[in-house]
Amino acid sequence: MEKLLLLGDEAIAQGFIDAGGSAINSYPGTPSTQITEYVMKSKQAREQGVIANWCANEKTALEASIGVAYAGKRAMTCMKHVGLNVCGDPFMNAAIIGTKGVLVVVADDPSMFSSQDEQDSRYYGHWAMIPMLEPSNQQEAYDMVHFGFELSEKLGTPVLYRIPTRLAHSRAGVVRKPVRPQNELTEPADAKSFVLLPANAKRLYRELIDKQPAFTKSSEESGFNKYIPGENKKLGIITTGIAYNYLMENFKDGHCPYPVVKITQYPLPYDMLNKLYDEVDEILVLEDGQPFVEEHIKGFLGKGKKVMGRLDETIRRDGELNAEKVAKALGMKMDAGFSVPEVVTNRPPALCQGCPHVDSYNALNAVMANHKGGKVFGDIGCYTLGFNMGAINTTVCMGASITMAKGASEVGIFPAVAVIGDGTFGHSGLTGLMDCVNENANVVVMILDNDITAMTGGQPSSAHNKIRRICEGLGVAPEHIRDIVPLPKNHEENVRIIEEEVNYNGVSVIIPHRTCIVELKKHMKK
Amino acid sequence: MKKDIVLCGVGGDGIVSVAKIISDAALNMGLNLKQSEIHGMSQRGGSVFSHLRLSSEPIFADVIPEGQADIILSSEPMEALRYLPWLAKDGWIITNNEPFVNIANYPDMEKVNAELAKIKNVVSFNANEIAKVVKARSNMVLLGATVPYLGIELAKVEEAINHIFGNKGAEVVEQNMKALHAGYEQAKK
Repeated sequence: MEKLLLLGDEAIAQGFIDAGGSAINSYPGTPSTQITEYVMKSKQAREQGVIANWCANEKTALEASIGVAYAGKRAMTCMKHVGLNVCGDPFMNAAIIGTKGVLVVVADDPSMFSSQDEQDSRYYGHWAMIPMLEPSNQQEAYDMVHFGFELSEKLGTPVLYRIPTRLAHSRAGVVRKPVRPQNELTEPADAKSFVLLPANAKRLYRELIDKQPAFTKSSEESGFNKYIPGENKKLGIITTGIAYNYLMENFKDGHCPYPVVKITQYPLPYDMLNKLYDEVDEILVLEDGQPFVEEHIKGFLGKGKKVMGRLDETIRRDGELNAEKVAKALGMKMDAGFSVPEVVTNRPPALCQGCPHVDSYNALNAVMANHKGGKVFGDIGCYTLGFNMGAINTTVCMGASITMAKGASEVGIFPAVAVIGDGTFGHSGLTGLMDCVNENANVVVMILDNDITAMTGGQPSSAHNKIRRICEGLGVAPEHIRDIVPLPKNHEENVRIIEEEVNYNGVSVIIPHRTCIVELKKHMKK
Repeated sequence: MKKDIVLCGVGGDGIVSVAKIISDAALNMGLNLKQSEIHGMSQRGGSVFSHLRLSSEPIFADVIPEGQADIILSSEPMEALRYLPWLAKDGWIITNNEPFVNIANYPDMEKVNAELAKIKNVVSFNANEIAKVVKARSNMVLLGATVPYLGIELAKVEEAINHIFGNKGAEVVEQNMKALHAGYEQAKK
């Protein structure tokens, strides 16, 4: 078969198309976005009738996948790590159901290149008691989609598929497999399994527990986990996912002298790990993420042979793994590079020249300057960079701007202003705004409408062209839904309108509407 | 053959797309390669970089360990300095010396040049001016200037440009070729 040069994300997408996937429902989030985008742009996917959608959020996306699985077809939902929090409910319950033919692909972001935390999705998979895959390179990323669906369908379980940023956004050559046909539309073999009434759920949970040995057996036998012998038994090394590459980078001849257990499939391969433990004096665990495996091996009391890793900070607990950190943990010397000269200054990301958010923030800043006790509750998107303009006081999670403003206003903060983008409003803002209306909270909600989900590269925004109607429908008084155009020439007028709504005691919505400048340039080129 | 290359610049300036052309040429030569880049928040006018690794042997890590890069290819002089920890002691810096000033505290250019001068192997020139003359993008000029240090023949890079820009028409290909050659000549000076 032909060799393609693919990002880790794209390898997963091509794997999905070739493995007979029927529908991919996702919400964009760095570093996972390029998976679903690739399927959307793929001619092959179109010809095979593959459905590819951006959904309102990760929860609606994963629930759609469970629906696809109910119909007997193969489904995938992709997201960034914090998106798994949003779909925690369907995720846990898809496990109880024993949903067949579903891959949940989660891209973690060690070092927080574009995220607010470093949470490791493997804890979720362990908690849900389902198999997990964590490929070590682009070829495995492709192959493991095929394998993941086989595993899911054979053992009756959704599969969590974890990648870190570096694999998601790194290209390498990938050899394809023959294309599998999609599944036929079928009724679930166990019709009751999709009805999680306690009577059914109790039985299903027991079944999930009873499946665990089969999950572990697959981890031992599938061939993806490997025991690699080594002559120096002073140390045994366990690597997970791409950590294997950072280990091998330190051995130019491609031979590591220590025995290694290379893990890419979970539950952990019990026999392989026991063999390693018996053979060596000490164990070093290498993971690009939180110390998930290390915690398991070490146990709470930390008795037995010495286990090193991120828990004991042999390797720094925070930040992504790399070859240098591994070398240090192994006591190896690496060639030091030059240091960064003092003259180099930071060049942080900033809002683009001509970005509509800049004009919205300039107007808002002018208003807030007159209200010393006031606070602005921000949200997740390009406009989070308004922090560098002194425009926002908080950023916590998707949708939290509106709800935090509500909570803060009710205990005495005035004015309480929420700033949220149109994409994030569609993702998680509606329910919060309904809370505000129900309590007649004294808040000003600015919904910065730039027509798209900009931060992740211009995906459609679910609330597009209906923000005003949504707000009216939720019960915001129409005269307190104000449309403004964020442009320097409208500054005075925009300041006046924001000031008016700050002085209104109740729920106000202001919609500054102007197309994202990057998106506009893209269209002008066409 | 092994070449580890750090490409760097400022979000949106197109330097990272140069990696695609080198990758195409390398793939045609049957080399192994890995190319990593960062998307998302860092793209917005901030410092950006990509790691490109080429080798006739298997490549393990997606990122280049510090002190091992053979080349830093930068579209901006201060950005070239930012990635110095990756440069091998005998590595080359190929950089545009036209600063991109989108921050208030951009350092004095004399100090930036003085730091660059401390490195043994540097090709530093104004790629914007050359790009203006040949009416093309400066990143292609910089690519041309890198070719002599790349371990890939000019003809192979030309093939890659034909391959990648071919569907955009002969004029686009021709423009890019001109820029490539202008950069190539500059590096030989």
